Amino acid sequence: MLVTQFLVLGALLFCCGIYGVLARRNAVMILMSIELMLNAVNINLITFGHLHGDVGAQVFALFVIAVAAAEVGVGLAIVLLIYRNRSSINVEDLDLMRG
Amino acid sequence: MMLLAVFDRPSIDWHAFAPETVLLSALLLVLLLDVIFDERAKRIIPTVAGAGLLGALLPVVTLAVDGQDRFMFGGAFAVDDAALVLKALFLISGYVVVLLSIDYIRDGDYYENEYYTLLMSSLLGMLMIASSRDLVSMFVALELLSIPAYMLAAWRKGGPTSNEAGIKYYLMGVFASAVMLYGMSLLYGVAGSTTFADIGLAVSGEDASPLVVLAILFVVVGFAFKVSAVPFHAWAPDTYEGAPTPITAFLAVASKAAGFVALLQLVFVAFVGRPDVVEPLFWVLAALTMTVGNLVALRQENIVRMLAYSGVAQGGFMLVPLAVSGDAGDSAITAVVTYLIIYAFMNLGAFGVVMAVARKTRSGQISSYGGLFSYAPGLAVAMTVFLASLAGIPPLGGWFAKFVVIQSLFDAATVSSAVLGVIFAVNTVIAFGYYARVLREMWFSPVSDGDSTPIKVPAAIATALVLTAVATVASGVLPQLVGRFGDISTSLAL
Repeated sequence: MLVTQFLVLGALLFCCGIYGVLARRNAVMILMSIELMLNAVNINLITFGHLHGDVGAQVFALFVIAVAAAEVGVGLAIVLLIYRNRSSINVEDLDLMRG
Repeated sequence: MMLLAVFDRPSIDWHAFAPETVLLSALLLVLLLDVIFDERAKRIIPTVAGAGLLGALLPVVTLAVDGQDRFMFGGAFAVDDAALVLKALFLISGYVVVLLSIDYIRDGDYYENEYYTLLMSSLLGMLMIASSRDLVSMFVALELLSIPAYMLAAWRKGGPTSNEAGIKYYLMGVFASAVMLYGMSLLYGVAGSTTFADIGLAVSGEDASPLVVLAILFVVVGFAFKVSAVPFHAWAPDTYEGAPTPITAFLAVASKAAGFVALLQLVFVAFVGRPDVVEPLFWVLAALTMTVGNLVALRQENIVRMLAYSGVAQGGFMLVPLAVSGDAGDSAITAVVTYLIIYAFMNLGAFGVVMAVARKTRSGQISSYGGLFSYAPGLAVAMTVFLASLAGIPPLGGWFAKFVVIQSLFDAATVSSAVLGVIFAVNTVIAFGYYARVLREMWFSPVSDGDSTPIKVPAAIATALVLTAVATVASGVLPQLVGRFGDISTSLAL
């Protein structure tokens, strides 16, 4: 059974995503890293669904894909807004409020 | 055709669904009015939105009178007493937020009609989350309430601080939901089903497997972001300061309540067999959240930031009963729900006063509250009520909220609950420090900018203040009023 390999792939993708979110400074790169994490979730779900012989997981994965699309739509809009106002999408420049 | 033939249409109980349906219809009506009448619709849209929220309360009441637990979609959507109490809480706080928004959004340079549409979609997500007993429905409800909130936080399009508030909230929120989803996928792997009832059966047992521990950890961390628990609170102060103030009130009250509602369902339905994992996790979160929130609040100069950290600390107080969930049982649910209800009113009230004062002083500094009593006695008295209640001074609601938390600790009666009780008590005293500072400014300091013309409070904000102040005082003087709602919430149906 290939279950372990797929779960390891999912875990690796998830770790890549977390690393990207923590290490990258470009907002779009952070968004892409979050997509990696969500796809790791999808791989996990499909693997477990196959393991349990249940279609519920595939439905869940479809929901994750759909909601991720909505999330990215809103996220890119906010990033665009920031780019228009300050010509930079480096998240380290976002330090107007502190304390 | 083949597919249609085998498709077994699930029976839909429209009465159980009615609060959501009414809210959705009102939302679509607002959207339609905006499309058809555009600018001319601006005057009536807040009224329609408010009426829609109050209208959605009606089926909540009829369902409560009916008193029957209802289930739909294979147990994914449950309507029980707890869900109804929380739905009513969300709708009423949503209504107060609409009242607070009317003048703020009209006077500022904002898109108005879309604002109410998004506010109502977020509330729709909250109504759904109160009923969800399944990973998929909880996830969808959580995103339905979060995504509009990201946009609302960045609603002041030209304002760099609002943009910053939006992106910080968005990135943290999306990251948290990704972590939570990973935990959910592991939970599904353990249980082979997405309903909380099945997960509850699968995760309980002799010893917790590492997979279960990891899954619980990830899911709880995801929601810890939502309720801004330390160390996952970094977004909260910046987002609260930068977002439009009514949205800050909305995030601090309704959005946080939604996070707690989800945590309640997870802890008391899905993870009920694993107190050995859940309790230590929440113990650490609660202790850290109370202490850090309070200590940082002490040195804030901006009132919204101070209320943000005070909100973090209050969230810590609400996490306390979850840390004794296994030992205290029902009284922990009562404590969280009671605290949520009282917190909603006193915090919304405090933000209402902040908005009313900011209309004149145009400042968020605590020092700008100097001499408030001399020129706006009504607002000063209202703010005193709200802050004293947040601090937990006896005749007011906040006192009763703290009392039920302590009661749940006594019910648990373990060493760890006693230690947590001591941390709780110390933090209550620290919290008094920063609330009292605002009180001292208002009552004893001279007028800060020398301008002591009285403040004109718009009718909508005044209504919201009266509503919240009455609720804050009443819940303290007649604690059984709110306590009853807390008590009936213990019947979380599977």
